[in-house]
Amino acid sequence: MSETRPVKIQVRGLSKVFGNQPKKALELRDQGQKRPEILEQTGQTLGLSNIDFDVYEGELLVIMGLSGSGKSTLIRCLNRLIDTTEGEIIIDGENIPTLSTKELLECRRRHFSMVFQNFALFPHRTVQQNAEYGLEIRGVDKAERTETARNALKQVGLDGWEDALPSQLSGGMQQRVGLARALANDSSVLLMDEAFSALDPLIRKDMQQELLELQHRMKKTTVFITHDLDEALNIGDRIILLKDGEIVQIGTPEQILTAPADEYVERFIEGVDMSRILTARHAMRPVRATAREDDGPRTALRKMSENGLDSIYVTSRDRKLVGLIDADSADKAVKEGQQSIQSLIHQNFRSVAPDEPLHNLFAMFSDKSFPIAVVDEERRLLGVVVKGAVLAELAEAGDN
Amino acid sequence: MAIEIPRIELGDWIESGLNYLTTNYSGVTRGISAVTQTGINGLNDLLMWIPEWGLMGLIALLCWRAAGIRLGIGAILGLALIWNLDLWDPMIESLTLVVIATLVAVVIAIPVGIAAALSERLYRVIMPVLDFMQTMPAFVYLIPAIPFFGIGSVSAIFATVIFSMPPAIRFTTLGIRQVPKDLIEAADAFGSTPSQKLFKVQLPLSLPTVMAGINQTIMLALSMVVIAAMIGADGLGNEVWRAIQRLRPGDGFEAGIAVVILAMLLDRLTQSFRKTRKS
Ligand SMILES: Nc1ncnc2c1ncn2[C@@H]1O[C@H](COP(=O)(O)OP(=O)(O)OP(=O)(O)O)[C@@H](O)[C@H]1O
Ligand SMILES: [Mg+2]
Repeated sequence: MSETRPVKIQVRGLSKVFGNQPKKALELRDQGQKRPEILEQTGQTLGLSNIDFDVYEGELLVIMGLSGSGKSTLIRCLNRLIDTTEGEIIIDGENIPTLSTKELLECRRRHFSMVFQNFALFPHRTVQQNAEYGLEIRGVDKAERTETARNALKQVGLDGWEDALPSQLSGGMQQRVGLARALANDSSVLLMDEAFSALDPLIRKDMQQELLELQHRMKKTTVFITHDLDEALNIGDRIILLKDGEIVQIGTPEQILTAPADEYVERFIEGVDMSRILTARHAMRPVRATAREDDGPRTALRKMSENGLDSIYVTSRDRKLVGLIDADSADKAVKEGQQSIQSLIHQNFRSVAPDEPLHNLFAMFSDKSFPIAVVDEERRLLGVVVKGAVLAELAEAGDN
Repeated sequence: MAIEIPRIELGDWIESGLNYLTTNYSGVTRGISAVTQTGINGLNDLLMWIPEWGLMGLIALLCWRAAGIRLGIGAILGLALIWNLDLWDPMIESLTLVVIATLVAVVIAIPVGIAAALSERLYRVIMPVLDFMQTMPAFVYLIPAIPFFGIGSVSAIFATVIFSMPPAIRFTTLGIRQVPKDLIEAADAFGSTPSQKLFKVQLPLSLPTVMAGINQTIMLALSMVVIAAMIGADGLGNEVWRAIQRLRPGDGFEAGIAVVILAMLLDRLTQSFRKTRKS
């Protein structure tokens, strides 16, 4: 399915050598030598070697790898903060490595905005002025950029902080400013280099959640770097695994967990065995909203949109699970003027007991899957399990 | 048999170089001289035109607003003492020279400092030159000043500018180079042009450091302006010089104390600008 999606960025044969004799290093690479040997023989660091991948329009692509694997180098090659040694990076028909200085400026302004690990906010500018930066340098007029930046700040929950200086904010809030600065720019691709790595674990989880929601709302193409498996599984539509400057695997979180390409990936995901010990109860989340049998389609639809849901479980008065309705069908029913949701309720979902092993849940998620309902013996709805949660739970258990 | 090593006639070469410059570029030097002299006279006349108590009040007010009430009071006491010792006019003359020399030095130094920060090659050329300029004994600069501009205040300004410029250049370069790399990256990532990066990020962030350099430049300028009395510059240095020639140590010390007061006021004042910018 993914092969047919529109491609935003196409990376082909990308290599980067740090040092003054890149040719020599690449020659050795072509003879089959790896990074450590090349460094020893030539003093050149093979930062990236022969990288091929696509970034699809609207996806959240995670690049993961250990320290030194080349993640930062790769993301900086995309907007040419680092010059590439060879290869193509094509965005909307333009090949980034061959752009002139002027074209490159234009390309960065239109296509890329970036969020940094240590925030990189301008300390002499207020929160508002930071958020405006990208627009300001593009010459957008004052009124418009104030408005746009204000909206971006609102998106990340920072309204009221416009006049504060970055140094007056906590780490989490500073990174929200970083995110707002990137969003205000309205570029077509968002680059995030370990954007949440400097945050406390709890705040980090929050930010991941918010990024997911933002991304769901705005469908912004995002390249996200992390060295953390939990984070990658939690937010990634697809994950690229890097090792010593080379790609070891590209795939969805499920593919990476169920079919690790080699030992390196396996070691990364050792936690997967935990799926036999963990149960649905561990990965279950409280139900944010349910519909009643006697609700009208309009009410059901409102509950969904208020909670950011695509579908909603219907329960009877004693909280027993009756079925599921989708936003699409509710929407249609509203338009057709139907008064009841009875006819919309379907049973096209899975339900499990709380002690169901996690690895069984795993197989239940199809491509377009509804959250799995967790019910007790009397079919009372206890919670739901979403796809990301299973993976994150596994990864976390693996760490401990 | 002793080997004769011919003496390198370094001094001769420098002299003939200077001669060449003075004879062939006399138009240029005369022009510079006229402009500078007009500036000196204008500022000097203005400061002299303001009555003593008026200027005292203005300076004290400035000190108070910029650095607090203590410096304000200090300014009044110090300036009153200078007035009382009959050193007001020489003090104004010295102040004029310091202000003009500093202005010229800063106007040259900041662009040079920026250029050296942005170009590695220029940096490698300029830094040794600055070392040379700073280690050369101060009054050596007086010597070439005379053939260019004759005896008097313009020569004093010329020597002072050369002597006091290095810290302003050095600190500007340092300040810009110290801007954290990730902020430069952020500016680049959003597509800033080099000049947008300079004016919106690098310069504002290096301002405290640049101000520290300007502070040092002012201090050096004051010390040089005093020494420049030897080539006929007016001001407090001239008072000291005269006291030496007439063997009147008391007068010499009075003028010396006036220099110290002026130095302290200028120092505290510029430091306070630096701090308010920083916070
Ligand atoms: N400017 C440089 N000069 C020389 N070598 C470099 C340079 N930048 C990176 N490298 C090397 O390239 C390799 C990849 O570095 P990179 O910063 O991309 O790794 P990373 O995956 O981002 O690691 P981390 O998780 O530590 O940030 C490392 O071996 C690093 O030492
Ligand atoms: Mg990195």
